[in-house]
This record gives sequence, C-alpha cells and structure tokens, in this order.
Amino acid sequence: MRLGYLIREGFRSITTHGFMSFATVAIIVACLIIMGSVSLLSLNIDAMIKDLEDQNEIVVFVDESLSDEAAARDLQRNIEAVDNVASVQFVSRGEAMNSFMSKYDASLMEGIDEEVFRHRFVVHLNDIAHMSQTKADLEAIRGVAKVNAHLDYAKSFVTIRNVVTVVSMVLIVMLVFVSFFIMSNTIKLATFGRREEIAIMKMVGATNSFIRLPFVVEGLVLGIMGGCIAFLATWGLYNLVTGRVVGSITGTLLNVIPFRNVALQVFVVYMAISVLVGVFGGVNAIKNYLKV
Amino acid sequence: MVVMQNVRKVYESSNTVALDNVSLTIEDGEFVFLVGPSGSGKTTLMKLITGEVRPTSGRVVVNDFDMGTIKRRRLPKMRRTLGVVFQDYRLIKDMNVYDNVAFAMRVVGTPNREIRTRVPYILELVGLEGREKRMPGELSGGEQQRVAIARALVNSPRMIVADEPTGNLDPVRSLELMLLLEKINEMGTTVVVVTHEKELVNAFSKRVITIDSGEMTGDTSEGEYYDI
Repeated sequence: MRLGYLIREGFRSITTHGFMSFATVAIIVACLIIMGSVSLLSLNIDAMIKDLEDQNEIVVFVDESLSDEAAARDLQRNIEAVDNVASVQFVSRGEAMNSFMSKYDASLMEGIDEEVFRHRFVVHLNDIAHMSQTKADLEAIRGVAKVNAHLDYAKSFVTIRNVVTVVSMVLIVMLVFVSFFIMSNTIKLATFGRREEIAIMKMVGATNSFIRLPFVVEGLVLGIMGGCIAFLATWGLYNLVTGRVVGSITGTLLNVIPFRNVALQVFVVYMAISVLVGVFGGVNAIKNYLKV
Repeated sequence: MVVMQNVRKVYESSNTVALDNVSLTIEDGEFVFLVGPSGSGKTTLMKLITGEVRPTSGRVVVNDFDMGTIKRRRLPKMRRTLGVVFQDYRLIKDMNVYDNVAFAMRVVGTPNREIRTRVPYILELVGLEGREKRMPGELSGGEQQRVAIARALVNSPRMIVADEPTGNLDPVRSLELMLLLEKINEMGTTVVVVTHEKELVNAFSKRVITIDSGEMTGDTSEGEYYDI
C-alpha cells in the first residue's frame, strides 16, 4: 500500500507542479537534442572521412619476371598476409589496359600491346595512418616491382580525422557537462518551492526514503518523457536535415548514416542520461532539505 | 515527558547563547505554557524538543529519546511521538483537508482502512466535520490551525508542541483554539504551548514556565504570565 501510495504521489506531483515539470522536460529535451545533434554530426563526418580513406588505395605492381598471370596471382596470399591489409584485388594487365582506355582517349593506345602494362593488385588498408609501414612491407615481398601509395593524401586524411575526433570529443564532453549542469539546476529550481512540504513531512516523522521515493518516481517519469521526446525530435530533425543535405548535393560521394543504423544507440544514451539526470538530480536537489 | 538538565545551546554561526543552564521536567499528561518575550529562547527550547537542533551541553530527553545523542535515522521515530503545531499552520497547499491529515498517517504506514475511520473522527473532534474536501486556501486562519491540530493529533502522539499557535488568530478564535488544546490534554495528551500572549495564558490556570534571555526565570503551577 505504502509503495503504491508513494508511486502515486510521484505522479500526482508531476501534475500538481505542472509548469516546473514542463520546464524540466523541456530543458532535458533541449539539452539532449543539442548534444545528440553534435554527436550525430561528428559521427557522420567520421564516417565520411572513413569512406574517403577507403577510396585511398595502394597499387602493387608485379615484377616483369612474373609475366604469367597465374604466377602473378600467386602473390595475392603474400600480400594478404601483410599487416594492415584489408582487401586485395588482382588486376591483370589486360584489365588494366581496358580500364586505361576507358578513362583516356582509346586512340592513344592504338598499336600498343597489353604487354606494356603490368599485372597489379589493388590493395585497401585497415588504417591509412600506417600506410608508410605497409608500403615498405609490400615492397619487401619478392615479386613486387613497385608500390604506388599516396602518402601525402593519407597524412592529410589522418590529420583531418584526428582533428575532427578531438574537436567533437571536446565539444560533446563540454555539452554533456553543460547539459548536466542546466538540467540539475532546473530540477533544483523545481524542488525549491517544495522545501516547506519536505519540512512538514520531516516534522510528522517521515523517513528520508519516504520523502525521496516520490521524487525518484517523478524524476524517473520526467526523465523517460524527456528522453522519449528528445529521441523522436532528433529522429525527425535528423531525417529532415539529412534529406535536405543529400537532396541538395546529389551526385557527390556524400553518404549520411541512416538514422535507423544509430537509433538504438541514440535511444539508449538519451534514456540513460535523462533518467540519470531526472532521478539523481531530483534526489540531489532535496538532499539539503532533508537535513532537518 | 520532557527532561532537561543544565541545557545550554549556543548557535556557533553567530556565537549566540540561546539557552543557558535550563533545567525542567514536563510530566506526561501536563499542560504547560512556555512564555517569554521575543528572542528569549522559547523557540530554541521547542526546537530542542522536536530535534531540529541539538544541545551544546546538558541533557535533553523527550519521550525516552536522548536528543543529544539520538542518531539522525532515529529522529523520524521520535517525531512520531510528537505532534507539532506552528503559528503559520504549515499545511500542504495542494492537498485538501482530509489529505493533509491523512498524510501524517500515511507517513507512518497506517493502513488505508484505519485512515478512513480515524481521519473523520479527528476532524469531528477539532470541529471540522464537512470540511474534508476544502483546500487550505479556502479556510479561515482558525480553521487552518484546526487542521494543523488534527494532523498533529491523528497519530495519537504522547505530546503536542504548539509554537505560537494563536499568533495569526483573533482573540475569540485564539480562545477557542486553547479550549480545544485543553480538551486534547484532558484526553491524556501532554500539551506544551509556546506563546507570548499574556491574556491567553492568564485565562487558563496552567503551569507556566518563563524564559528570558536564554534563562529559565520562572516555573509556577497554575501560574500567571507577568510582565518581565
């Protein structure tokens, strides 16, 4: 009976202090949307850089001594065994010539035999930050004549990725702190008007846990409400913004992460933060009023 | 029952001596007026009884609880042996009369069935039958104070402590309220009334303990409140 009463009290309190409940939920929603937007933006930038990184390939040319295609293909296992190699694709000299002709003026190649091209492997890496070492490892393979790698591009990508990671991390951490501060202060403000009610409870012999539980229920409910609203709002905003961005830059390599791919993570993080802030914010806010 | 022995209370933040060398005993079933001018130490003495402050030195025992050494988590249990009434009523504004009184019973985990029979009985005792659904803001000062008394009384405490209970009431309502407290006392509950209203004290032949400048300057049974 008593637990049921305390839970009911928590719900009653949400409606009787309607404006403060609304303010608390609104602040939770606003903070989560700002925090979530920055996180999703950072996630997308990171994914785009990763996409561009993936397109930065290494070309491994096979030595002339292995002009036989089967012998050249045998090198694939050695290349795959090198650290940091993600994928290896064999390109025969014939395929290389066709590709060249399709890219450039075919008349330039008239009378030229495919023999001038070498068999080659197109190699993608796990992490382009170690491109230099991987290039050296590939060059050391017997049967490899030359390795073409754009080390300068790789360095630029790594620098951009690092900067984006650091900036977004700093921004997110700052936003988390600011959001926690704002949310807990809003809850403090919401409970300030109830200090007299708490004093009355203490005077009639209420235990601290009896006083706290309705606040826990209230914080939990407001937190869940705030988290759910923020999640739905972020979903809508994300689809709206990404729809506009993708629609206006068609034909580019710009790919945005579909919201459904990150929906679960966003939901879990939002709920965790909002419930944590709601419950602990509420309990922490009344802490001083309990010392009577 | 209240026992105080050589009690001294100093507020360290302002270095104020609120009470000094106070010794008194209030037996179960007594009706006591605690009188004195403003700032004399009456409220501090009441706060020592309710456990809001602790003595700096000396001994305070309230209903068998040693208030100098009582653990914080035991305070709710001690407070359930008391009923406290304040000058400003301190009712919960968004609860109606019934819930304000029932609330004190819910705090101690009383079953709903018992609450449903006890609250109407207490409201009738204090003359508030038919006012159950009213909100505090819809009641007069005298009625609000009766709700506060009903709340203090509903858990059958051993003692009721009232701090200036008539401070916001006109003389007629004040007298009615004192008669109600006297009736409660006659039913066996110890009543301690902190006041500075001379006429009211002198209208009743009760024990009067006088406090002035933190010291106990008088303690007379069937006494009167004289100008100090």
